[in-house]
Amino acid sequence: MILKRIRLVFGILSLLLLTFLFIDFAGLLPAGKIPLADIQFVPALLAHSFGIVGALLLLTLLFGRMYCSILCPMGLFQDLTSRFAKIFKKRRKYTFSPEKRWLRYGTLLAVVGTYFAGWSVILSLLEPYSAFGRMVTHLLRPIYMAGNNLLAGVFNHFGNYTFYHTEIFLLGTSSLVVALLTFLIIGYLAWKYGRTFCNTLCPVGTVLGFVSRASMFRFKVHEESCNNCGLCARACKSSCIDSKQETVDNSRCVTCFNCTTVCTKKAIKYEFSWKKSSPSTGSSEANSVASRRRFLTTLGVTFLAAGSHAWAKGMHLGTNKPWTRKSPLSPPGSLSAEHLNTHCTACHLCVTQCPSKILKPSFLEYGVEGMMQPVMDFSHGFCNYDCTLCTEVCPNGALHKLTMDEKHATQMGIVKFIKTNCVVYTDETFCGACSEHCPTQAVSMVPYKGDLTIPQLNTAICVGCGGCEYVCPAKPAKAIYVEGNPVHRKAQQFVDTNKKEVKIDSFGF
Amino acid sequence: MKRRDFLKAAAITGLATTFKLTEGMDLMAQKSAKTAIKAGGTDLVAVMGGEPAQMFRKAITELGGMGKYVKKGQKVCVKPNIGWDKTPEMAGNTNPELVAEIVRQCLAAGASEVVVFDHSCDDWRKSYKNSGIEEAAKTAGAKLMPANEVTYYRDITLPKGIKLKTAKVHQAILDSDVWINVPILKNHEGALMTISMKNHMGIVWDRGFFHRNDLQQCIADICTLNKPAVLHVVDAYRVMKTNGPRGRSLSDVANAKAMFVSADIVAVDTAATKFFDQLETMPLESVKHIALAQDHKLGTMDLSKLKVKKIQL
Repeated sequence: MILKRIRLVFGILSLLLLTFLFIDFAGLLPAGKIPLADIQFVPALLAHSFGIVGALLLLTLLFGRMYCSILCPMGLFQDLTSRFAKIFKKRRKYTFSPEKRWLRYGTLLAVVGTYFAGWSVILSLLEPYSAFGRMVTHLLRPIYMAGNNLLAGVFNHFGNYTFYHTEIFLLGTSSLVVALLTFLIIGYLAWKYGRTFCNTLCPVGTVLGFVSRASMFRFKVHEESCNNCGLCARACKSSCIDSKQETVDNSRCVTCFNCTTVCTKKAIKYEFSWKKSSPSTGSSEANSVASRRRFLTTLGVTFLAAGSHAWAKGMHLGTNKPWTRKSPLSPPGSLSAEHLNTHCTACHLCVTQCPSKILKPSFLEYGVEGMMQPVMDFSHGFCNYDCTLCTEVCPNGALHKLTMDEKHATQMGIVKFIKTNCVVYTDETFCGACSEHCPTQAVSMVPYKGDLTIPQLNTAICVGCGGCEYVCPAKPAKAIYVEGNPVHRKAQQFVDTNKKEVKIDSFGF
Repeated sequence: MKRRDFLKAAAITGLATTFKLTEGMDLMAQKSAKTAIKAGGTDLVAVMGGEPAQMFRKAITELGGMGKYVKKGQKVCVKPNIGWDKTPEMAGNTNPELVAEIVRQCLAAGASEVVVFDHSCDDWRKSYKNSGIEEAAKTAGAKLMPANEVTYYRDITLPKGIKLKTAKVHQAILDSDVWINVPILKNHEGALMTISMKNHMGIVWDRGFFHRNDLQQCIADICTLNKPAVLHVVDAYRVMKTNGPRGRSLSDVANAKAMFVSADIVAVDTAATKFFDQLETMPLESVKHIALAQDHKLGTMDLSKLKVKKIQL
C-alpha cells in the first residue's frame, strides 16, 4: 500500500511537471533547470548521457520497470486514461493476456533498424516521451493558451495585466495529425486494456522489460497463500498476472503495485528474488491477428500522415520575384541538419519553449526520415540574438548547449537579398526594416538615390537569425531571406565602428 | 469567487468590450490636451549635463510643472521606447530612470493611474525586463501593459493622413486622458533618425504598412492622430549614434547627457536632430519626416520662432 502511494506521488509529480513544461508558453517554469526531460530513456541515450542510461537500466535491474511507472509521461498518461475509464465503467477489470513477443521484439528491431538506416522518424513516432510531448504541444497547449486568453480578456478589462493575450497558431499540420492519432490510439488502448502500448509497441518498454525479467525485486505469487481468486489479475493494467497458473510476467510488469494492494491474502508480494533461480515466467505464444492488425494500422497511419499535405519548403510565389529556400534552417546548436536528424525524436520541447515562436515541426524539409523535427520558420518572429533557451532544454543533445559567445559565433544560415523586390528599389521610398533588426549589421543601409539608403550585405558576419526576413515588408515575396546552412558555420565577429569621442558643450542650435 | 459572480463578471466584460470609443469622444480628449499646451511661457527646454531624473525635473519646472499637463484624476499613458532586448547601457531603449521619474511626477500631479507600454520589436517580455523599464516603472507606481497582440489595438482613422489613413492604435493611448511621449534619441538606418515622431510606430500594430507605403510620409501621418501627446520628452542621456535603432555594441553609444522637452513635436525633433548632428553628421533636411510633419502643421522647424530655454547643469 505504502509503495503504491509513493509511486503515485512521484508519478503524478512527473506527469504534472512535464505537462506544464510543455504548455508553459509564458516561461513560468525555469525550463532549463528542470531535468525531468533529460532523464528520459531515449533522449538520454541519444544525448550520449550514458550515466543516465546506466542509472535507468540499473534501476530496472534492481526494482523492475520503475521508469515506466513514475518517470515516463506516456505511461502515466495511460494510467490517467484508465482511471477515467473506471469512472464510466465502475466494474471494469483487466484480464490476463499472453505476451505478444514477436510484436514487441519485431517493433524494437524495426525501430532500431530504421534508425540506423537514417529514418529516425519511426523512433520519434513510438518513443514514449516524445510522443507524449507532441500530444501536449499540439493538443493541450492550444487549449491552455485559449483559456489564458479568456482569462486575459476578463482581467485586462478590469485593468489587470497579470494575464496577457498570446497568439495561437497551427505549428504544423502533420505533427498535429500525428499527435491526434497518437492520442486516439494510445488513449483507446489505455481506456480498454490498460498498458497495452507499453508492452507491444513501446521500444523503451521492450528494452526495460527484457532487463526486468531478471530484476532483483519483483512480484511473485506465493502458492501456499493464494486462493486463485483472480483479484490481482483483474487489477493488473499490464495484463501480466496469470492467476490460474499463479505466475507474473515480470517483463511486462510496470511495478504499479495494484496487485499487492488488492490481494486480501497477501499472496502476491514484491520481494527480493535473487536468492534462488525462479522459473522463467509468462507465456510466449499467440500472435493474435488483432495485434498484428493494430501494428499495421499504426504503421499505416504514419505513412498516411506523411502524405497528408505536400508543400513546406518556404516557397513564395507572386508578382515579384519568388524564391525558395534550398536547405532547411536547423535550430541553433544543431550543428548540422544531419546531427539533428540523428539525435532528435521530435518531442517539441524546444518548439514550445522558444520565446520568439520560430521553431516549428518540420514536414518534409528534412525529408520523410526527419519529419516533425524542429525547423526555424520566420513567419511569427526571428531568433533572438541573446537567447539560447532551446539549446538548454533539449534532452536529446540534438541541440548542443550553447554559451552566449558560441551562439553569437554560430551561423545557422546566410542572408540573401533580392534587390528587385525591395521597396527602396520598387517604390523609391525609405525602409531599412531589415537593417533595423539585424544584430550584427550584416545587413546595413548604404547610400542609394538621393537621401535614400538601400541594404548591403556582409554575409561573413551574418548569424542567420532571420530578423531581416521576418520584418521585410515586401509582398508577396520578401526581398530578403535566410538560406539555411546544411552544416552550421562560424560567423565572424563584426568589427566595431571606431569610437570617436566627441566632446559637445553646446546644443547645436 | 462564486460561480455566479464569475459568470456575471464575464458577462459584463463581454458587454463592455463591445462598446467602442467614438471619434467624438477622442476629439473631446484632444481639446483638453491642446488647452494645456497653450498656457505655457516656454515652448522648448533643452537640458544638458545632469542625470536623467534630475534633468527632467529641471525641464518640467521650467515648463510650469507637471500639473499643467496632467490634471487630478486623469488616466495617463507614458510611452517610452522599449523596442529591444537591450540593457540601458546599450541605449536601445528609453532610460528607465527617466521613465520612473515621469511616472512619479504624473502620480504626484494627481493622475488616477499611469500606464506604460511599447510595441516591442524583440520579444516583448525580454524587452520589458532587460530594458529595466518594467521594474523602474512598476516601482514608481505605473502599470505595465502588454502590446504583443492585435487585441490590444483599436481602429482609428487619420483624416489628414496622406499615405496612412487608418491604423490600429494601442488602447492605452486611446483610453488615456493624456499621454506623454518619451523617445530615446537614436540613429535609424531606415528613417535616418528615431525621435518623437518615429516613436509613434510603437503605438501602432501594423508597422509593415509604414515600410511598404513610404515610411517617411507614414511617420508624419501617424502624428496627425487626433489625440497628440501633451509632452514629448526626448532622452539623449545616452545616444545611439551609429547602427541604430538596434545597435551592436557600446561603440555605437555616446554619453551625451542631454534632454529635450516640448509639446511641439516638430520643434523637439528638430532640436534633437541638430544636437545629434554634432555627434554624427545628420543634416536636418535628410530626415524627411520632420519636414513632412511641418507640412501637416504639427509644429515648426524654425526654432527661432519659439521661446527656447537652454539649461547647462
